Amino acid sequence: MSDETGMRTPLGRAIGLGSAKEGVQHWWAQRLTAVAMVPLALWFCAGLIAHAGADRAALFQWLGSPVRAILMMLLLGTGFHHMALGLQVVIEDYVHVEWAKVGLLVLNRFVAYGLAVAGIFAVMRIALGA
Amino acid sequence: MTPVERPLSPHLQIYKPQLTSVLSFSHRATGVALAVGSLFLVWWLVAAVSGGGAFDAAQAFWGSWLGILMLFGWTFSLFFHLCNGIRHLAWDAGYGFELKEAYASGWAVVAASGVLTVIAWIWAVAS
Repeated sequence: MSDETGMRTPLGRAIGLGSAKEGVQHWWAQRLTAVAMVPLALWFCAGLIAHAGADRAALFQWLGSPVRAILMMLLLGTGFHHMALGLQVVIEDYVHVEWAKVGLLVLNRFVAYGLAVAGIFAVMRIALGA
Repeated sequence: MTPVERPLSPHLQIYKPQLTSVLSFSHRATGVALAVGSLFLVWWLVAAVSGGGAFDAAQAFWGSWLGILMLFGWTFSLFFHLCNGIRHLAWDAGYGFELKEAYASGWAVVAASGVLTVIAWIWAVAS
């Protein structure tokens, strides 16, 4: 492992482990969820627009179909994962006070997965007949 | 331990706004806007299973001028983030890096997200 640039920290040089080999994990998950969101978002938009101004009964009927309920739950799971990954980068870029950054990164994941579960639970209630 | 003098990229104010940088920033801004919108989506779904009163309150909000303004902003944000996201995926696959291509795809994203937003709202009003 050469160090010609001199940009590694003395600690990093001393430990000498190199990279953690997980550098592409976040990048890949962001792309994977992005690709999945393309058809899901288009389907969701079309569904919402077609039901603009519809009442509660119409919503229950729309999400009452198993296929639509599954698509909606996939949208919530994928979307909130994509959101957590995206907001994580925003926090890492702009928040430089360590405790605030770590706090926001934790809060980001908690809120994202909390919202995903709340949304999925609501869809299941509708689909399985509340 | 002395800190390592790493090179810094020039600060943002140095640059004149260009289509490429404006779209790059807008991608992040619309992403954050969509995150806020997702809060309201979950509120709407949870209200639907909470009972008629909560759902009526949510529907009344979406019918108000603030609700419609937010829905409009959200629609545009979604289409912009979607179109520009596809542009990013093409770059990730190694296509479209030439300056002319980057500008052409950039203007295509602006046009497509505008047209999709207008179509969505015409459809919504008609249905």
